[in-house]
Amino acid sequence: MFETELFLEALPILVMAFLEVTLVVTVTSSLLAAVLGLVWAIALRELPGALARPLAFVLDFIRMTPLPVHLLVIYYAFTQLSPMTVGILVFGVHYSTYMAESYRAGIESIRKGQWEAAKALSLPPARTWRAVILPQAIRNTLPSLGNWAIAMFKDTPFLIFISVPEMVTRAREFGGQNFSYIEAMTLAGLLFLLASYPTAVLMQKLEKKLAY
Amino acid sequence: MPTDPDHRPTTDARTSEEEPRVRFEDVHKKFGRTTVLEDLNFVVGRGERVTLIGPSGSGKTTILRLLMTLETLTGGYIWVDGDPLTHDRRDGKRVELRPKQVAQVRKRIGMVFQQFNLFPNMTVLQNIVEAPVHVLGQSREQAAENALSLLEKVGLRERADAHPTELSGGQQQRVAIARALAMDPEILLLDEVTSALDPELVGDVLNVLKDVAASTDITMLIVTHEMQFARDVSNRVMMFDGGRVLEEAPPEQLFSNPQHERTQKFLEAVV
Amino acid sequence: MTEFFSDLGTALPRLLGEGLRDTLLSFLGGAVLMVIVAVVLGVAMHQGPRWLRVVARVVVEFFRGTSLVVQLFFLFYVLPNLTGLGSLGGTWTAILALGLNYGAYGAEVVRGSLNAVPAGQWETATALSMPWATKMRRIIWPQAWALMLPGFNNLMVMLVKGTAVVGLVLLNDLTFESEQVRREVGTWPAFLAALLIYFVIAWVVSLALRALEARAQRRLGLGDFEVRKARQDADQVMAGGVPDDQDGR
Repeated sequence: MFETELFLEALPILVMAFLEVTLVVTVTSSLLAAVLGLVWAIALRELPGALARPLAFVLDFIRMTPLPVHLLVIYYAFTQLSPMTVGILVFGVHYSTYMAESYRAGIESIRKGQWEAAKALSLPPARTWRAVILPQAIRNTLPSLGNWAIAMFKDTPFLIFISVPEMVTRAREFGGQNFSYIEAMTLAGLLFLLASYPTAVLMQKLEKKLAY
Repeated sequence: MPTDPDHRPTTDARTSEEEPRVRFEDVHKKFGRTTVLEDLNFVVGRGERVTLIGPSGSGKTTILRLLMTLETLTGGYIWVDGDPLTHDRRDGKRVELRPKQVAQVRKRIGMVFQQFNLFPNMTVLQNIVEAPVHVLGQSREQAAENALSLLEKVGLRERADAHPTELSGGQQQRVAIARALAMDPEILLLDEVTSALDPELVGDVLNVLKDVAASTDITMLIVTHEMQFARDVSNRVMMFDGGRVLEEAPPEQLFSNPQHERTQKFLEAVV
Repeated sequence: MTEFFSDLGTALPRLLGEGLRDTLLSFLGGAVLMVIVAVVLGVAMHQGPRWLRVVARVVVEFFRGTSLVVQLFFLFYVLPNLTGLGSLGGTWTAILALGLNYGAYGAEVVRGSLNAVPAGQWETATALSMPWATKMRRIIWPQAWALMLPGFNNLMVMLVKGTAVVGLVLLNDLTFESEQVRREVGTWPAFLAALLIYFVIAWVVSLALRALEARAQRRLGLGDFEVRKARQDADQVMAGGVPDDQDGR
């Protein structure tokens, strides 16, 4: 039923796929999402309504529609991009819409007095954001960003839709070739669990530590 | 020893006249490593009104919460009408009772909380009717009729269909009193029932309670900082400090002539 | 531009005819199972005896931690061999995977909401001698329900999006069909049509839950603070890890 040999054979293949694709996409896209999310959050606050409203709609639209379809549309529309690049961009943009919400909550959690104090000191807006608001907001937001990164990590198997050879794609291939799926699939699940659970616990610790 | 503690009738010979309503026997309570009550012994007689006073952290509230089974004893026994509340002594051993058995005895006890704790998903009337219908098995009509007369008693009959959030704190607490009384308890526990109220609302609540004290023979255990109220309703005042009874006496005696220096200091601080 | 809209006009009805059924079926089945799983595991994690709390917690962490697609493939490729009962079929596989995965997240929502019902409410129910079932059904659940709706709202939208993977177990859902339609009408009209349909589904689902939420909160007269807190928690619905307000009452 469960053959240890096949399990061990699958191990290096999946670990390589994990390191070369899953991890690369997770890390790169998380960074992209964290930057874009911040841009959206500031833009939504600072832009005039006529621009902020359409932006908010686009972000909502992306957030409320499935990531696999986003992968497919960019994959087919921009054939000059490698599937891996498409993956990184789409994951980054998709999750930036979630992270924008996290930043928004972080910014809103800053007491009104902070804005008023900055104003009273005649700080220009850019300086207010950079020196007063963001350092506090990002501190509040960090654990939430981390949680979204973990969620993204668990979504990376969606890359199968555009044939990027990530871990689960490899596990399925391996299963097909050996007429037994249990070893590789178990391993894939295990690797996800091993990577995501400790990170999640870590985020929780961080959250508590950063809480005022 | 009774052979079948599950079906012990509430009025057997053992539990009648000679048994006090409440007896704490060598009661011990620890929270983690902190001992709150140590070898506590006292009895409360039938129809007695006992006020527990003492500095915060002296264990008064814990006594009420133990009696209401909201906390678990770490040692000793509590007897209600001679029946064990949560732990029984069998062949010299301390045995924890099953939840069903605990529930039997607990039904004789009611409690009013500092924070009122009205159920926000129900109207005033539903709050009062809920337990009589679902716990005592009264019919809805009977329970509602009884609830309305209790509301009359606490002066809130016209607010029967109001939502708890529409009431003032004092009104909420009066409803909570009616709710506890609807279960027809033999023992009523009052845990700092006026502490969360604005000063101008305290009077109404205390008047209702005085009324209850005068018109019923319910045994009451009261934790309060209202010394005048304690003087008005209680037969006995127990001064607690560090989990022990420092002294006890009828209110006029204890308030006018405290024996312990600590009691004196405490009374000076609160009055 | 007009060509684009006419292509979109071709794609939309095609998808509404062919992909929508499997997507809705997966969503509705998954939603029902998700709520059941969430309630059972959530109540077990909060109210169960110690051993049951541990078991429920392990199950929750397992399904939250191992990724939806892995679970889907496991149910599809491995389970039939394991049980020897043959394949569940794509639809049941999809419903099972979606329900278990999102249900595990939902369990945390349920547990958190039970935990957020003030201690005084639990104690008062005890002081009124209510048996456990009465206490839960009449006092605690109505209050916890209002607090869990924002979390369920987010999860339901996640679930709508999650159904896009069911094509991997050979269902002809919206995502799969849009890839077929693409060959006739081109990339943008085909996928945009699919996205629009997904968006409308998610939007309707979210609106329905908002209405439930408003009703539940009106009934409780919940304060602004509690509502805001519940919404904030809802945004963390996909977070993992073991919370430390674990103790059941």
